[in-house]
Amino acid sequence: MKTKAGRLSKTTKNDLITYAMVIVVYIVMQILVSTGHVSSLIQGLLVPFCTYVIVAVALNLTVGILGELSLGHAGFMCVGAFSSAVFSLAFKDAIPGGLRFFLALLIGAAAAAMVGFLVGIPVLRLRGDYLAIVTLAFGEIIKNIINALYLGVDENGVHFTMKDALSLNMADDGVMLIKGAQGVTGTPNDSSFTIGVVLVLVTLFIVLNFIHSRTGRAVMSIRDNRIAAESIGINVTKYKLIAFTISASLAGVAGVLYAHNLSTLNALPKNFGYNMSIMILVFVVLGGIGNIRGSIIAAVLLTLLPEVLRALSDYRMLIYAIVLIAMMIFNWSPNAIFLRKRLKQRLTTGRKSGKEA
Amino acid sequence: MKKKMLSLVLAGAMTAALLTGCGSDGAGSTTDTAAADTAEDAGADNAAADTAATEDAEAAEDTGAADDTQAAAGGTFKIGGIGPLTGGAAVYGIAAMNGSQIAVDEINAAGGINGMTVELNFQDDELDAEKSVNAYNTLKDWGVQVLDGCVTSGCSIAVAAKTAEDRIFQLTPSGSAVECVTNDNSFRVCFSDPNQGAASAQYIGEHGLASKVAVIYDSSDVYSSGIYEKFAKEAANQPFEIVTAGAFTADNKTDFSVQLQQAKDAGADLVFLPIYYNEAALILKQASDMGFDVQFFGCDGLDGILGVENFDASLAEGVMLLTPFAADATDDLTVKFVTTYNEKFGETPNQFAADGYDAIYTIKAAAEQAGITADMSNEEICTALSTAMTQITVDGLTGEGITWDASGEPTKEPKAVVIKDGVYTAM
Repeated sequence: MKTKAGRLSKTTKNDLITYAMVIVVYIVMQILVSTGHVSSLIQGLLVPFCTYVIVAVALNLTVGILGELSLGHAGFMCVGAFSSAVFSLAFKDAIPGGLRFFLALLIGAAAAAMVGFLVGIPVLRLRGDYLAIVTLAFGEIIKNIINALYLGVDENGVHFTMKDALSLNMADDGVMLIKGAQGVTGTPNDSSFTIGVVLVLVTLFIVLNFIHSRTGRAVMSIRDNRIAAESIGINVTKYKLIAFTISASLAGVAGVLYAHNLSTLNALPKNFGYNMSIMILVFVVLGGIGNIRGSIIAAVLLTLLPEVLRALSDYRMLIYAIVLIAMMIFNWSPNAIFLRKRLKQRLTTGRKSGKEA
Repeated sequence: MKKKMLSLVLAGAMTAALLTGCGSDGAGSTTDTAAADTAEDAGADNAAADTAATEDAEAAEDTGAADDTQAAAGGTFKIGGIGPLTGGAAVYGIAAMNGSQIAVDEINAAGGINGMTVELNFQDDELDAEKSVNAYNTLKDWGVQVLDGCVTSGCSIAVAAKTAEDRIFQLTPSGSAVECVTNDNSFRVCFSDPNQGAASAQYIGEHGLASKVAVIYDSSDVYSSGIYEKFAKEAANQPFEIVTAGAFTADNKTDFSVQLQQAKDAGADLVFLPIYYNEAALILKQASDMGFDVQFFGCDGLDGILGVENFDASLAEGVMLLTPFAADATDDLTVKFVTTYNEKFGETPNQFAADGYDAIYTIKAAAEQAGITADMSNEEICTALSTAMTQITVDGLTGEGITWDASGEPTKEPKAVVIKDGVYTAM
């Protein structure tokens, strides 16, 4: 074994750099926060950063490793967010904070995984871009169902209806958990930056190890050549389903983090609609399809960008779009890549000659 | 190696961006705000505020010379606003911002609050609770002392949790959901949704407007479903019955023939529309097309229906609405406000603008009652204002003699108006 000899394999080294990057950023941010060098805006953004990093990494598993397009990751986030928020609200006083959040995490992840599994069963058997179509529809359906759902609990048990709050016939001391379009209000604020970073690390651990595992290699072989993979006896649907379910459940975890960072949770087109799904896809594409570290950086940058541009007021969204296009060109245009290469070459040769001199 | 280079560049950009973010909370803040003001006001052609801001920055520089004669001598009072300025709900946010800005300009021209110059910084939340909290944090970095927001309910609730933590006084102009003002430091200007629903049911019942009522409401909208819920509850105590309740959602709000047919078949003699005017305009058009002649009754959301583009205003003839604000009212305050608004922004103000205007004057009244000075900490201001709010009476655009109790709810009479000959007429 190479590791025993003290020499890490290239992939392990690469993974370690990713973990180290997250941890270093975390430590630096903690130091800056404790010494008061960070503005309230950035402090408020720390948890959203973690949320979007997790969901971007999750989607990268589907898009980059599995090679299928999902346009419904905001939908899975939504499932995770609402299931966990309902749980946390219902047991707000019954279970102490830390344990409650841990259970909420499991519930959110499990709910999203289950929904992902159900969506995946029929769709992942097909060839072509059907997953994109179905997940797009799924995201919209989930959003609409939650907007029409009324759920309450009182001494007689749980009430639920799709009509309106009155038809719940709740006792006076009952608690409304989901109130239709108004969503969930009063979720305890259990998310913190530390929890967020731990979840990011757990997500990375799961995804990176999955990629390098036997299952992960099978999944990638399906991506690269389905016929060849089938011919060597790989159960295509099974492996696709495993990867997609993991990806959905991690998106659910991001949803849990999102729900417990705000005291109100609505399923709006803005936060759980297809626009958000496409936003997540932009994180992945910009960071590099299949490149986990890239997804992390892109998610953080693109969440930060509109906030930093606030000073431009009305021109903010315009500038944001331009920056996005510029970044895409810089990252992916063949000319830009060539230019970058030449620049780097010059830099390295310059450095070498400097050393020699 | 290419990837390494890329991540290096991106990481560098990230660090740079972080540093920019951090930099704005230091000494540069005064210049920043002035610059932001200029950018904001340039479009609004608002020279007065600019001069005030610049003067103020100058005054802040030479604090040694205590010139009591100047209006800005009392320092600045920083009011932050949050609302949707982009996206589908931008109409509401921009209206509230413009209304607030007019109030701020008027107050500054008249010598400010307790001698303090008022500065307004209005941030965009895109109708997203998460962005709203970001906007709030941005305002905190700016040094906000009192929050005039948020414009929408969901965002208000999210930000209310943060203001309660930070002890910053919050007055929402138009966040109408019950949960917006549950904290002791949050108050509102507008009616709450349940309040409007109950008031409408009582009004219809007391005046014997109908015996069979149909309701068409937007079940995906908090405002609309909130009003409907309470209306239905209160209707049980009133001498009329609800024969049908047709719901629609934000995703299909163009065709109302099904709901209207239901109402017609049920023999309704009044249709209650607790919705916004855009959909109401379509409903009126479609009702007239299918020959359904019935009394329509709405809430404050219907205010503005006469201004809908390509809408035949004669269709709105006879529509009744319970609204705190009507742009066509003839009292001096409304006329003055509507004229100023028209001059500055080239359109007729809606109720959100009126709510924004009243919010600033309410803050002024409370601040004067409590004797707020610029050097007080946010916590002191918050405590003082929360007490003062229950002691003041405000005559505003959206009601006369508005008072508040400790729960944060305003007490004011809704005005019932009917559209007659193309204008809102008091009933």
